[in-house]
Amino acid sequence: MIPAAFEYARASSVDEAAKLLDQYGEDAKVLAGGHSLIPLMRLRLAQPKALVDINGIKGLDQIKVEGSKLHVGALARHVEIQNSEVVKDKLPILAEVAGEVGDNQVRNMGTMGGVVAHADAAGDYPTIALILDAEIVTNKRSIAAKDFFKDLFTTPLAANEIVTEVVFPVADGPHKYIKFRRRLFDWAIVGAAAQKMNGGWRIGLTNVGPTPVRAKAVEDALQNGAKPEEAAQHASDGLNPSGDLRASPEYKKHLSRVLTRRAIEQAT
Amino acid sequence: MAVTTMIGAKIHRREDPRLVTGHGSYVDDMQQVGMAYMSVVRSSQAHARIKSIDITDASKAPGVVAIYTARDFKAVLSGGLPVTESLIADKKYVPNQFPIAESEVVYFGEPVAVVLADERYQAADAAERVQVEYELLPVVVDFEKAMQNGSEKAHSDGPDNIAWDVNFPGGDIDAAFKEADVTVKERIIQQRVFPMSMEPRTVMANFVPFANQLTLWTSTQVPHFVRIFLCFGLGIPESQIRVIAPDVGGGFGSKLRPYPEEYLAAASSKLSGRPVKWVEGRTENLQATTHGRGHIFDIEVAAKKDGTLLGLKVTNLSDNGAYVGVFGALQSALALLLAPGCYKWKAVHGRTVGILTNKMSTDPYRGAGRPEAAHLVERAVDLVAQELKMDPADLRRKNFPSEAEFPFTNALGMVYDSGNYAKTLDKAQQMVGYEDLRRRQSELRKQGRYLGIGLSTYVEICGVGPSAATSHVSGNLSLVESSVVRVHPTGSVTVAVGTHSHGQGHDTTFAQIVADALGVPYDSVEIHHGDTADTPFGYGTYGSRSLAVGGISIYTSCQKVVDKAKKIAAHMLEAADDDVVFDQGRFHVKGSPERAKTMGEVALAAHLPGLPEGMEAGLEAVTYFDPPNFTWPFGAHICVVEVDPDTGAVDIQKYIAVDDCGNIINPMIVDGQIHGGVAQGIGQALFEEVVYAEDTGQLRTGTLLDYNIPGMGEIPELELDRTITPSPTNVLGVKGVGEAGTIAASAAVINAVVDALSPFGIKHVDMPASPDRLWKMIKEARK
Repeated sequence: MIPAAFEYARASSVDEAAKLLDQYGEDAKVLAGGHSLIPLMRLRLAQPKALVDINGIKGLDQIKVEGSKLHVGALARHVEIQNSEVVKDKLPILAEVAGEVGDNQVRNMGTMGGVVAHADAAGDYPTIALILDAEIVTNKRSIAAKDFFKDLFTTPLAANEIVTEVVFPVADGPHKYIKFRRRLFDWAIVGAAAQKMNGGWRIGLTNVGPTPVRAKAVEDALQNGAKPEEAAQHASDGLNPSGDLRASPEYKKHLSRVLTRRAIEQAT
Repeated sequence: MAVTTMIGAKIHRREDPRLVTGHGSYVDDMQQVGMAYMSVVRSSQAHARIKSIDITDASKAPGVVAIYTARDFKAVLSGGLPVTESLIADKKYVPNQFPIAESEVVYFGEPVAVVLADERYQAADAAERVQVEYELLPVVVDFEKAMQNGSEKAHSDGPDNIAWDVNFPGGDIDAAFKEADVTVKERIIQQRVFPMSMEPRTVMANFVPFANQLTLWTSTQVPHFVRIFLCFGLGIPESQIRVIAPDVGGGFGSKLRPYPEEYLAAASSKLSGRPVKWVEGRTENLQATTHGRGHIFDIEVAAKKDGTLLGLKVTNLSDNGAYVGVFGALQSALALLLAPGCYKWKAVHGRTVGILTNKMSTDPYRGAGRPEAAHLVERAVDLVAQELKMDPADLRRKNFPSEAEFPFTNALGMVYDSGNYAKTLDKAQQMVGYEDLRRRQSELRKQGRYLGIGLSTYVEICGVGPSAATSHVSGNLSLVESSVVRVHPTGSVTVAVGTHSHGQGHDTTFAQIVADALGVPYDSVEIHHGDTADTPFGYGTYGSRSLAVGGISIYTSCQKVVDKAKKIAAHMLEAADDDVVFDQGRFHVKGSPERAKTMGEVALAAHLPGLPEGMEAGLEAVTYFDPPNFTWPFGAHICVVEVDPDTGAVDIQKYIAVDDCGNIINPMIVDGQIHGGVAQGIGQALFEEVVYAEDTGQLRTGTLLDYNIPGMGEIPELELDRTITPSPTNVLGVKGVGEAGTIAASAAVINAVVDALSPFGIKHVDMPASPDRLWKMIKEARK
């Protein structure tokens, strides 16, 4: 549980962080909350040559509404998102999801930007970002969520590119996120999100493939007047989840249907 | 004895302020001047021949002091790790375990080399650069397959994989089955689990060459035991070895044996001339600290149609791993000897086969055989109840021995000291509102909801052990327990014991006993344990024995002190010895309580001139206590669950535990033991399982990301109560409680899950009862 040797630099601005990343090259990693990266390093599954710590960059943790958009800074901690009156008011599903991440220690440290950039299939925010057509903003550009989560732990981010914020549309209609897990502080075995927006439903699934999934077939069925239990049968259409010690592929597909139905039915 | 004031008092643990404010002193808190850090290079393969170990590159790494392999250690180490072989009457094949692999690795994580470096980080980095070339050998993972003729072998030079094959006959089993109206069969699996103490193992060794002295600080439950085996392994006289187990962050049975790293750190210190420290990481802890359980039990039960239990056949297959655990066979023996549970059977027949596989050794884990026994017999009686459509509580009650039948001899000859099994069950049923709950269960079933009520009425064995009963199964260990009680001239008291406290709260409970027995203030009693330099030889702490054996030793020493003090007091009071009484710390002549000498005054007199003719000075006593029998705690746990049929998720709605551990020294500590024990039982029932890859023998649950230890979110609020049936085998009437919660819990939870799913025709559920497993079973049943 001892990481390999690495260099460490603390940036005080996004530009400085980008310069440091340039300087260290491909083997550098950005350190935000560190709650995925540090365990991987301790297991020596990740052995970056350098860490660029962005925690000292001021203003990167802001949460604000501009027009019909909710801006969540990359360094906004889960606990801040969970407790933010603005988030609870403008995009309550995001506050709900944040409250379901890990335990207090994880929520006090882990960040929006870290989760998004890490692109773990079991991450919860990516599902919300995907179904709501959020934009992932970096120091270089803005990338639509549907183009951002390309594969397991794979994003279009360049080596010297840093996520600065994620911009969600405001959505305060009926919503529910169900995170099915063995233990309170676990990642989702399967997660299901339902959000009513602009008169239609947005339905998403977590951890049923290498990337988050938007369940279009369910959305369409609901649009065409199907009842939740009928529509939810389509939640597993086209899914090909991999199995692990916690769940077989078949079980994950089944959970997708059950949880989707429950999320729609329980959305308030 | 004095009027009891401290025994039974619900006082806070005196250790806690220190431990919870971070002022504990664990091995990793300690340093030695010139200390090097040891990192262990472990086998990346489960079974392979070592072709070469190349240390050239690693030797160049910064800070490296030395790199040693088996060849180096052979110069200072000999023999192997101990195994209680004599238990294995029909011993087959028990391979010797040298602390480090020489030519063949037989489990994933086995030590193959050690690196010493100036700093911990340097040692870890250099260890990665040691190049080991392996030639792969066939891997044996499935232990049922491993016992078959012609199986691949876990050790390439072994005859087969059979470590033992022993029968435990009790009564005429054929006759019992002939009489049966119904028989049921089931396979009950006890999956491997990690004991997972909060503090992983840690060792610091300092060998001083000119004096030929070794001091070893180690996170162990058994400092004296470790010393004996280091003496054998290193060829250093026992008198020249000091083993210190300071604060230890839990053991749960996984720290009650000598470990390879203790030998390797000590030998490395001898080879390098420097103090050496090794700190186990959590990943290493999962690979290289012994695992618990790892059994298959095939059971067959015979009963009459009125619910009278007749016969029980149990075949136990034990997955030993690559080397038979130090107490590996003991667990199978206990599981069989206690398989009758708290029921009257006409006959019980057990057979156990110990099997070698390419995995880490299994050894005791909280309960060590008794959770296995309780689980199988509590499942057995539920299977009969389900078959006969009888209420499982009624069936149990029908087969309990009555209070008047104690001491009760079970079908395998074990003599239970005292008990009132119906009383704990009555109480638990009242607490849970059993009749109402059964009604609610049938109402909910009509709504498609699946409530389950699970009972576990257990009996267990504590107080190991009477030497007469255990020596033939323990490898001729007497398992006595020791104490020295010393009253200082000013009246305060030091007690040194052979047991070791690593979470049990002995500093508190032992002081409570002494305060009462000597009539001195509780705060004036100091308990010493864990350092072989200032404690008498003892077998250590495990098997819920510290109170029932060690505590009685302390009490007996106190009685000896009182006897001597009484003679001194009589001399001071100018009275005959027999005329003096001892009452709450004061000695006085019968009928004249106003003229008294306190224990403190007597203690001072004991160290001054003017003692009775021929009496030596000082006021202290030593006792090595060998109990006349085991003690037999028991209880009734009831678990209520609801299973979500669509997801297979289990929700524990209620957990009732009524335990009887005899007389109680400190109720708060007893409750704490039940809480922790039940949590670990729930962990095994619903969450935990060690998984090795079938094809490669690699550990798939190698981190806490993959291994589900339950946390506060998974453990319900427990409702505890107790009955008190004193043990007649010891003067305090105590029994022991360290493992009871774990012993009872897994059966209560699984019986509840099976009960919930019984409308689907489901009769048995394996552990862990994970949602994916249950969903699959429900789906199959619905077809």
